[in-house]
Amino acid sequence: MSEQLVFAMEVILNGLMAGVLYALVALGFVLIYKASGIFNYAQGVMALFAAMTLVGIMNGQVPFAHVINATFGTHVYNFGWTIPALLAILLTMAVMVVLAWAVQQFVMRHLVGQEPIILFMATIGLAYFLEGVADLMWGSEIKTLDVGLPQGINLWLDEVTFNIFGYGFFIDNLDIVATVIAALLVGALVAFSQYTKQGRAMRAVADDHQAALSVGISLNFIWIMVWSVAGFVALVAGIMWGTKSGVQFSLSLIALKALPVLMLGGFTSIPGAIVGGLIIGVGEKLFEFAIGPMVGGATENWFAYVLALIFLVFRPQGLFGEKIIERV
Amino acid sequence: MLDNSEEYVTEDGRKIGGVVMEMKNITLRFGGVVAIKDISFDIREGEIRAIIGPNGAGKSSMLNVISGFYVPQEGEVWFHGSKRPPMRPYDVARQGIARTFQNIALFEGMSVLDNVMTGRLNYMKTNILQQAIWRGKAEAEETKNREAVEKMIDFLEIQHIRKTPVSRLPYGLKKRVELARALAAEPKLLLLDEPMAGMNVEEKEDMSRFILDVNDEFGTTIALIEHDMGVVMDLSDRVVVMDYGKKIGDGTPHEVRNNQEVIDAYLGVSHD
Repeated sequence: MSEQLVFAMEVILNGLMAGVLYALVALGFVLIYKASGIFNYAQGVMALFAAMTLVGIMNGQVPFAHVINATFGTHVYNFGWTIPALLAILLTMAVMVVLAWAVQQFVMRHLVGQEPIILFMATIGLAYFLEGVADLMWGSEIKTLDVGLPQGINLWLDEVTFNIFGYGFFIDNLDIVATVIAALLVGALVAFSQYTKQGRAMRAVADDHQAALSVGISLNFIWIMVWSVAGFVALVAGIMWGTKSGVQFSLSLIALKALPVLMLGGFTSIPGAIVGGLIIGVGEKLFEFAIGPMVGGATENWFAYVLALIFLVFRPQGLFGEKIIERV
Repeated sequence: MLDNSEEYVTEDGRKIGGVVMEMKNITLRFGGVVAIKDISFDIREGEIRAIIGPNGAGKSSMLNVISGFYVPQEGEVWFHGSKRPPMRPYDVARQGIARTFQNIALFEGMSVLDNVMTGRLNYMKTNILQQAIWRGKAEAEETKNREAVEKMIDFLEIQHIRKTPVSRLPYGLKKRVELARALAAEPKLLLLDEPMAGMNVEEKEDMSRFILDVNDEFGTTIALIEHDMGVVMDLSDRVVVMDYGKKIGDGTPHEVRNNQEVIDAYLGVSHD
């Protein structure tokens, strides 16, 4: 087998792994958009907030330490304990549920029936507010996140591929774990929405508010639930990205990468988010590998957006999105 | 006129019980517009009660007050002998009042079966953990509710489209699916907002038959709004007539037909 082809295979594999992480962020967008028609600009910040909260809880950091110290002249920074990762994840999930409740109670509930653009603006406000709160709560320095996920080169794959192709693939263990977790997450989400009472109610609300009310579904409850699930997805994405590149504020910018993913996959399709993420991941890595050297590299910065633009022109509803039909 | 406490048997042998729902001096305003003005009437157990009137008379508003979509500024709603506090529509539904809409409100993306299943949501009590494990309680519950749903699907003769997405169905069938969903909730009171609007004669006959069968077989109390006078007179036990937000007549079809005010306002002034 030619050397180029083997390289390309490695690139594709790495692209798939990167795509899974994009898909994880995109998934959070799709969930909220489907159920309430809100494009949640704050999804990326929610991932950041979740990751920071997780690190803070694990390290026993005192939340709002700077505010407390400045107000009362104290010097508390740490509780002096550390909390095991699994427990910390559960506590962070509880925080995300409280956040979901607060968002619904104090913001979205008052905007029911407003134009989509107004709801969108509200989530932009929410994004900046949440970023500020995260800073105030846990501080702005870059933190490492280690919940015990395996990291580093997968030696087994390296060896196997070396024996076959005479060239060992470099695949990060973390990427493999991320892929498995993402697959489990998607499976769980699909099972939830198809087979549980709450899932059925969620689909009903996504479809028709009036009809949902008439069969006894509380819209408020469903929306809190949806924001909680999106918070959970944000937490998973935050853990993956945080473990990979440290918990830092640039994490909220990965939300931007989710946009082309959504345009490809369609805003209303869970499988679309996954496939879109994979296409973007593989596409940008492969493009960089094949075309990059000819145009001076750094194509990963713009490839996804150009691809999204092409899709907007020829298939605005994305690969799996609902057809946009206008009645005339 | 009927005495409120008196039970009686209709000509065709159905038993009509006491008052289940009573509207007392309901007034509903939208800004300066008075949609309903000081209206009182009651609905008895097991009867088919019609609300009729010209366009804009406030019939749909009245139905929306009963189902909790509108909260009246004045007046009281009594249900099963107790005064109902202002309630959200989903709470009203949980009390056992199901409804259909004038412009069909179905979950277009879901299959007929799934749509009718949503009518059973309030009968599902197992929590998310039990459902995740699935075996035992949750499974038994799903099976039980599924049986109730299949019964309604059989009853309304829509077995052949059980798995079809609702968005692909013709208008008449959609109306039937909506009725099936409302019935799946086994309501104490069923509200139908123009169940025959936009239907052809054959579909109307079908729908009339279903409404009568529902009332006969399950003893469901029904309140309906309808334009087609002939249909209303055939179907209903008692009729409320509204015009410009006011009640201008109330009684059996025969009484209403001979009420001069009703004739003038709705049926047209007679020329002989």
